[in-house]
Amino acid sequence: MSALTREDTEALIAEVLEVYPEKAKKDRAKHLMVNDKTLESSKKCITSNRKSLPGVMTMRGCAYAGSKGVVWGPIKDIISISHGPIGCGQYARAGRRNYYVGTTGVDAFCEINFTSDFQEKDIVFGGDKKLAKLIAEIEQLFPLNKGISVQSECPIGLIGDDIEAVSKKASAEIGKPVVPVRCEGFRGVSQSLGHHIANDSVRDFILSNRDGQAFEKTPYDVAILGDYNIGGDAWASRILLEEMGLRVIAQWSGDGTLAEMENTPNVKLNLLHCYRSMNYISRHMEEKYGIPWLEYNFFGPTKIKESLRKIASLFDDKIKEGAERVIAKYTPPMEAVIAKYRPRLEGKKVMLYVGGLRPRHVVGAYEDLGMEVVGTGYEFAHNDDYDRTIKEMGETTLIYDDVTGYEFEKFVETMKPDLIGSGIKEKYVFHKMGVPFRQLHSWDYSGPYHGVDGFAVFARDMDMTLNNPCWSKLTPPWLKKEAEPLKQAA
Amino acid sequence: MANIMIRQNPAGGLVFYLPKRDLEAAIEAIEFDTPEKWGGELKLENGGSYYIDPIPKPARLPVSVRARRLGAAED
Repeated sequence: MSALTREDTEALIAEVLEVYPEKAKKDRAKHLMVNDKTLESSKKCITSNRKSLPGVMTMRGCAYAGSKGVVWGPIKDIISISHGPIGCGQYARAGRRNYYVGTTGVDAFCEINFTSDFQEKDIVFGGDKKLAKLIAEIEQLFPLNKGISVQSECPIGLIGDDIEAVSKKASAEIGKPVVPVRCEGFRGVSQSLGHHIANDSVRDFILSNRDGQAFEKTPYDVAILGDYNIGGDAWASRILLEEMGLRVIAQWSGDGTLAEMENTPNVKLNLLHCYRSMNYISRHMEEKYGIPWLEYNFFGPTKIKESLRKIASLFDDKIKEGAERVIAKYTPPMEAVIAKYRPRLEGKKVMLYVGGLRPRHVVGAYEDLGMEVVGTGYEFAHNDDYDRTIKEMGETTLIYDDVTGYEFEKFVETMKPDLIGSGIKEKYVFHKMGVPFRQLHSWDYSGPYHGVDGFAVFARDMDMTLNNPCWSKLTPPWLKKEAEPLKQAA
Repeated sequence: MANIMIRQNPAGGLVFYLPKRDLEAAIEAIEFDTPEKWGGELKLENGGSYYIDPIPKPARLPVSVRARRLGAAED
């Protein structure tokens, strides 16, 4: 049961909106809703993927963040150049903890910041020569790279540099793919367009590179799409799939390689974890190579079991048996985790505000632990995400799209959740308000949270945060003293 | 004119997808649906309608085609 009724939640939305000027109020009202499971389509009650209002605090990122940070960055043997001024690359460097196996600087490059470090003269005279020189230098210093991608930052688009021509020439010279990615930060309304641009550049420059080459196929080949191996997530997912008899031949893009991506057209099925950032390439592969794709969810025992069975249903009996075997094997350890943590977490309320898939995917894991998600929202989702969310959420859950800093704080003040899951930009605001908080973008330097192994870590982390003794020590002693004698007198 | 993709959902119905806007909607009605002539006006569940030039029915879905917008579905 939700803490608030439908009327209360609607009143809360109205109250929060009161502070805006007329026009802004009208616009923001479209982005907030109370969940109604009977709805077929989210279209009529929530608007998403729209430009944020000037003047409000939005938590969105930019197209460069979506392309370099999310899709291209985690590919370990491709060097992604942050082409433009140095800040974008430096502040996006290694922050997402996309784990990989490899020797950094030798055959893996995710954690290094490669940038063309634009100066005034590059803006005035153009940076194409610098880019060509940079690529030659990379080739000399890091000969084991398998390819290079050029991630444009805002000025590249503004001054009109021709990175495509430079990349084409460089690619011919070094004999490796050099991919120009037009992901200037000003494009689109959020990082979502960056995912799309990145997917399109993978499609144009990478995906069909090995078409027609011999590949030893098995009927059980699958690819994991949209798992960025944050804290080892993809590995925790991969072992489940391999144990049920499938062969994972590619990871997109956490701990992924160029060769894996080029071989992906040979798979039987694409398994899609983050729908928002990788549905574009899945749709393309479905059309071009006839590979079906399937969304799955590896957060929490209920969803893991459901997903394993769903995946197995597309294969023969051997895999179906394998799935049952895996479920049987892992049910006792998962139940042990629930038995340990559920009593400590039961009945707690959670509010989420994350990115592309977690606002709906982690709900199952929280419910397995007896917790309830009372509010959820996406930074950059589109309508199709909300269509999927409505079905997952409870009846009167508050749903907010691109929530502003002010709205989020007000919602938390009124709804008083026991835990908030969001990103680094929100973390310290809520810490100062005295609300337990977990970063759900990067798992707060923990992880993995996917799969069976991940669920144990997830439960432990939630317990660690929620039941941390520090939350009772937020009132300073001089304020406490005042309260205590009063109590005694009463 | 816009590029759209038509695919089949697991239930067997047709789904309309407009990559440029990330608009996904079920197709409620398709004007021509015979092996020789397939296409015409597409009525979407969200109230929009698009027109694609009739083509022989594609052997395999999804298929990308050019479409013209007849009635706006987007706000």
